[in-house]
Amino acid sequence: MKKINSIFYLLLIPVLAWLLISIVVPHLDLLFKSFRFENDDGLMVFSFNNYLAFFEDDIYWLTFVKTALYSIAVTLLAFLVTFPVAFYLTKVVAKKYSRFMVLLLLIPIWIGELVTLYGWMILLSDNGVINQFLISSGIIDAPIEMLYTHFSMTIGLLYMSMLFMIIPMMSALDSLDDSLIEAASDLGASKWTIFRQIIIPYTVPGIVSGGIIVFMLVIGDYVAPNILGGKSSLWFTEQIYNQFLSTFNWNEGAAFGFLLLLLSSSIVWLALKLTGQKLDRVGS
Amino acid sequence: MQPILEVKNITKKYGDFIAVDNINFSVADGGFFSILGGSGCGKTTLLRMIAGFEQQTSGEIIIRGQSMQGIPPERRPVNIVFQNLALFPMMNVEKNVGFGLQRQKLPKNEVKQRVASMLERVGLHGFNKKNVNDLSGGQRQRVAIARSLVLKPSILLLDEPLGALDRKLREHMKVELKLLQKEIGTTFIYITHDQSEALVMSDKVAVMNKGQFEQIDAPRKLYKTPKTSFVAGFVGESNEFDIESYLDNQITTQHGWKLSKPHLDFQPKKLFIRPEAFILNPRKALAPIERVEMRVKTILFDGSNTKISTVIKESEEEVLIALPQNAQFENLQEGDVIKVGIHPDDLKCYP
Repeated sequence: MKKINSIFYLLLIPVLAWLLISIVVPHLDLLFKSFRFENDDGLMVFSFNNYLAFFEDDIYWLTFVKTALYSIAVTLLAFLVTFPVAFYLTKVVAKKYSRFMVLLLLIPIWIGELVTLYGWMILLSDNGVINQFLISSGIIDAPIEMLYTHFSMTIGLLYMSMLFMIIPMMSALDSLDDSLIEAASDLGASKWTIFRQIIIPYTVPGIVSGGIIVFMLVIGDYVAPNILGGKSSLWFTEQIYNQFLSTFNWNEGAAFGFLLLLLSSSIVWLALKLTGQKLDRVGS
Repeated sequence: MQPILEVKNITKKYGDFIAVDNINFSVADGGFFSILGGSGCGKTTLLRMIAGFEQQTSGEIIIRGQSMQGIPPERRPVNIVFQNLALFPMMNVEKNVGFGLQRQKLPKNEVKQRVASMLERVGLHGFNKKNVNDLSGGQRQRVAIARSLVLKPSILLLDEPLGALDRKLREHMKVELKLLQKEIGTTFIYITHDQSEALVMSDKVAVMNKGQFEQIDAPRKLYKTPKTSFVAGFVGESNEFDIESYLDNQITTQHGWKLSKPHLDFQPKKLFIRPEAFILNPRKALAPIERVEMRVKTILFDGSNTKISTVIKESEEEVLIALPQNAQFENLQEGDVIKVGIHPDDLKCYP
């Protein structure tokens, strides 16, 4: 028993070291920075000014709220788009084909976010594939503006994040015994009732776990809003980027970073509360 | 009286494979009907066709005089208890049992009341709010049965529901299920590979083999007079012998055991004798029986189920004989020679 314990602690060291070096130390440093402010005399003092600045300027907190709402919306969209796919791959298609299909789904991840998003630019631009097709087939006369809008940004965010929702949902659906569906139908439930009362409640841990991954990826994403979003669709990560690298105000940037962390954590916490899930159960 | 279930010429094919081959039978209202067969004999397919989860290739299923053609499972007056029970893990006992009633849009009060009285009936009073994952095997069993019975189906289908239980509990549940069925009077159709389950609980048993029914009979009759060699070998324990020849009313087995068996109008190929058919130390007066001397090879002690493995003198044929556990044979040793008698009626011959 003693021996097992010492091995356990020995193996714990790299984990703790990793967490300390990569997460705890930089964050403590940023937290420290976020409360430092250069006063009129040019001295760095402890202050809440960095945080107050966030509330004083409309553009900051409006972007903040917009980022939160869009992230939630993209997460919901990701669920709507991927749930039927996950259901199809686990319950409809034969196992040997579904493995191959999952592989096909994963290919965009191999290519990388930047390249796949440039792909979307080719599709969505004014003289892109979609507009040209619509014009040449006579449906529209002038190209529809799709690129550099909220629409294109949402598509980009959705596209690069939704795959991370499919995998946990598939593993949840995989463990759903078909006889539960048959039993419900035998007891007189319609297809819609089976979906609402059996399949969805059973899959909730997978949905929430996938939802958290998607939400975190989306709210913290920088590439998709930047290259597909254009000027009108400012993302809060871009505000942080500007503070760090345009105005070189690291203290303000650190404060924004912590506000984003606080925002995303509290939304995840709220989502867990609402769905009655616990973080340790969702994590598996 | 009109049978509650009629199955007419039902066949199910998967490609070239015939899972259920032209089966006909009917079940009387209020009966306990078992379908007994090994794995892969088509019994589950047959049950799933009655429940409506599979469509028959041809034939007809009639429940209470009504054809079930094209009626989906949720609208058939039958309910099924699945092999793995299929309790809904995200609902408590009350919600599981009330699931079907809620689908019928009954008022909340009535649902609550019927669920409570059904739980009481299966001995789960007060378990309403328990999570189904926290119940024991036997309790889960009862929840599954209550969930179906609360809907008052015409027929309750049970797909080997005792399979997952340990032996002791299974013995207990056998008796309990039979009593429950007697008490509520719903027709049960029970599928199993366990002959003891079928024999103990059923009014009638159909023995199924390779997609066909070999025999449908009351358990006692099935055991006493098996109609085919498959039934003789499958139901209950039997000594099985290959028959070498049948001449002048005398059977000669492959290993040279000669027995007289009069009046067979066919050429027998197989001989079955139950272990308990052997009379140990038969009295002289016991008239026309086959008498033979056997040497005890091993004693297979198993309480009331004890048997001895014996070899017939002057032949190689090995025979299992049931040994009553009373004082008479207490001192029986390996190597002893005992006198054994068999009544000709207990020699079951098949072509």
